[in-house]
Amino acid sequence: MEISITVNGRSEALDVPDNALLADVLRERLGLTGTHVGCDTSQCGACVVHMDGAAVKSCTVLAGQANGAEVTTIEGIGNPDNLHPMQAAFRENHALQCGFCTPGMIMSAIDLVQKSDGLDEQGVRDGLEGNLCRCTGYHNIVKAVLAAQDDMKSA
Amino acid sequence: MANETGIGAAVKRKEDARFITGAGRYTDDIGAHGQTYAVFARSPYARARLNGLDLAAAQATEGVVAVFTGADLQADGIGDLPCGWTVHSKDGEPMVVPAHPPIAVDKVNYVGEPYAVVIGESLEAAKNGAEALEADFEELPAVVDLASAASADQIHENVPNNQTYDWELGDKAATDAAFAEAHHISTLEIVNNRLIPNAIEPRAALGEYDAASGLYTLHTTSQNPHLERLVLAAFVQIAPEARLRVISPDVGGGFGSKIFVYAEETAVIWAAGKLRRPVKWRAERSESFLADAHGRDHVTKAQLALAEDGTFLGLRVKTLANMGAYLSTFASSVPTYLYGTLMAGQYKTPAIYVEVQSLFTNTAPVDAYRGAGRPEATYVVERIVETAAREMGIDPAELRRRNFIAPSDFPYETPVALTYDTGDYEASLAKALEHADYAGFGARKAASEAAGKKRGIGFSCYIEACGLAPSQVAISLGAGVGLFEVGEVRVDVTGSVTVVTGSHSHGQSHETTFAQIISDRLGVPFENVTVLHGDTGRSDYALGTYGSRSLAVGGSALIKATDKIIAKGKKIAAHMLEAEEEKVDFADGTFTVADSNQSLTFPEVAFAAYVPANYPLEELEPGLSEKAFYDPPNFTYPAGAHICEVEIDPATGVVDITSFVAVDDFGHVVNPMIVEGQVHGGLAQGIGQALLEHGVYDETGQLVSGSYMDYTMPRADDLPSFTVDTTVTPCTHNPLGVKGCGEAGAIGSTAAVMNAVTNALGVASVPMPATPETVWRAAQSA
Repeated sequence: MEISITVNGRSEALDVPDNALLADVLRERLGLTGTHVGCDTSQCGACVVHMDGAAVKSCTVLAGQANGAEVTTIEGIGNPDNLHPMQAAFRENHALQCGFCTPGMIMSAIDLVQKSDGLDEQGVRDGLEGNLCRCTGYHNIVKAVLAAQDDMKSA
Repeated sequence: MANETGIGAAVKRKEDARFITGAGRYTDDIGAHGQTYAVFARSPYARARLNGLDLAAAQATEGVVAVFTGADLQADGIGDLPCGWTVHSKDGEPMVVPAHPPIAVDKVNYVGEPYAVVIGESLEAAKNGAEALEADFEELPAVVDLASAASADQIHENVPNNQTYDWELGDKAATDAAFAEAHHISTLEIVNNRLIPNAIEPRAALGEYDAASGLYTLHTTSQNPHLERLVLAAFVQIAPEARLRVISPDVGGGFGSKIFVYAEETAVIWAAGKLRRPVKWRAERSESFLADAHGRDHVTKAQLALAEDGTFLGLRVKTLANMGAYLSTFASSVPTYLYGTLMAGQYKTPAIYVEVQSLFTNTAPVDAYRGAGRPEATYVVERIVETAAREMGIDPAELRRRNFIAPSDFPYETPVALTYDTGDYEASLAKALEHADYAGFGARKAASEAAGKKRGIGFSCYIEACGLAPSQVAISLGAGVGLFEVGEVRVDVTGSVTVVTGSHSHGQSHETTFAQIISDRLGVPFENVTVLHGDTGRSDYALGTYGSRSLAVGGSALIKATDKIIAKGKKIAAHMLEAEEEKVDFADGTFTVADSNQSLTFPEVAFAAYVPANYPLEELEPGLSEKAFYDPPNFTYPAGAHICEVEIDPATGVVDITSFVAVDDFGHVVNPMIVEGQVHGGLAQGIGQALLEHGVYDETGQLVSGSYMDYTMPRADDLPSFTVDTTVTPCTHNPLGVKGCGEAGAIGSTAAVMNAVTNALGVASVPMPATPETVWRAAQSA
């Protein structure tokens, strides 16, 4: 099927199989390999991207469902010279080790902060329940999200 | 050099820039022109004869390029997957090793064992082809229960009683004598639950073959690419090492599970050669559950003999260890030399005797998982010490103190074959007690009780042997490889530095910490040091990352290489300054001459080495690049005290960790931010084992916990924030005085949690994981 989506501000017209998943289209067709696939049951959250401003697990979204949507991936929120506050907070607080869960974690965390009004530690922990990290024990991720919340809300 | 990027500074990580922007480059992110896709057909049965395999429909499936069976690999001379550590039984006989073909040939022995690989033009085609395979299985009764495995059906023709070895360590007669004199004997029967490692990046491989050169290139998710290459070359016989390049790019976590050489990358690299086309494979998570090596899985009976004053007299341990269906790469060493040797813990127990029978079952192979043997040992020692304290009415902290090896006792030779070089166990316990406000526990417990809750506190004073390992010790105990490490320091013409290390980083942050130590030693700006790793085409033969060895062994190799750089630099500087070499000193990036004001910067000397105009070429080679191999003289012995406090709601059985304190002694710390992160992650895995995680097979050998829906991974809302601190007794035998921090969290924490849970409930034992149901049942019976 033909779809047109805007990914990181760029319009893309693609012919994709009906059963193509958004995660695979981003990775294989558009070369946006920052979006990772860590499971097959929509449980790990490594594939989280924003679709029309909301966090979605792109392994569980058909590319066809994204037709007409605006999609933002980890590559679209900042770059090393101009990091998103959440990216900067992850670096500052050592909230990542192997880096594999990080893109999904950052995308989920941005969505969480944007949708919330003053998260505390428990709020961050509850809000990130859909993203698995095996390296950090979440301790520094929670710190990073709380720090980024201050930066994002004051920006 | 004390500066903001030197040793001891909490430098932000170099590697983060790519990981937080989505620019990491993991194996599955890499593609090759014209690549094909591999899908493995996996056994649905735990144990079955494979009487026939009809490939026709699969081969005829649209887009299928080829279908290969175990027989195809065997016919092509592809060997078995070897186990690299030979353990000997009590009677001196070497362990019994069953054949382990990468792809099953005529029988399968666990659910998920591959019996064919289908290669397709697309992933979908390969999947369709695998669906179309017609396998004629004759199901056989599965051996699943570890406790009865020795008397169950024989799984492998050459392995009677399903036993690979029956091993012992320590002095049985002395231990028996100690028990005969005991005032009190504590007994504990415990199960160390099976865990499934679950690095968030699934294993993956991309095999390529260049017909013109005969060169194979394998990108794969390995913690030790050289070991992968060695096994694929020497044992599996893909190609000689010189024609096989193994690259581990960014790897998304390992925790041990990516040490091993598996069937999948073996088949992928072989098939790339057969087809002369690139072959790509990435595990689906369900495949990770089924076919990654699992961890732990012991059944143990332990007894501790004590004198009237609580002095430990003797320890007896008898363990059954589950090997799964085959011997994975280092499986045999985990419940023996990484387990029995740790039974002294932090204590002066004079007599110890350990017996371990390792048995096969029709389950996934079991091998090293974060801590590897040492968490199991700590769980035995720290649970039984806590048990003894309760039975004898002695404060658990006090009982430990009475039996600690004292700082004045080092070097301390244990009755189980190790010599601890240094430590101060009292110091870490004292600091942990303070952080945990042990004095205030009684009041908190009373407050909980008033609210209808049960509160408990648990200790774990662990020790581990890491920094694997002195090669000759390991080889004398059965290791099939040396355990040194290699490091290369290449000074560039203008004085920047490229470092090549054999230690692979898959989360450990070597690109940062190794740059810190080089920057510190050479006075080169941190940002001008680049660390490369993970490519057999770049580095000499290296042993890789496991057993918390990167800094202690790999870092020491770099220090040795750096010493050579400085020594050569002094010669060059002496020549350039027309001074005696003995009078040249080097500090903070500057060569100076004693009693003079002459000096040269490090870049000036580097430049002279590569543009040797004013240079003693007759006695010194040009260039400034040095390499060193470092073989440690002993293990390192990180140790510490973990204290867990829990509050349990007896109505629901939910365990709330109200505080977790870890005070660890890792020797000198290069980057405290990174060390704390390593501890946090280890704690999460240890707490996960205690409360959440369990690899469960049903009686037919089906993996019940085969997805994230069924296997409880610790999530953000399952864990508390941690209180982490350190004490320092520098390692006495490596140049940095470092010990290793990667596994300590996972080693120490499990026993602390379970001691807290049993303390809260007032029961002797609760099985792991202490899920709400388990805890609720225990609370009802308490």
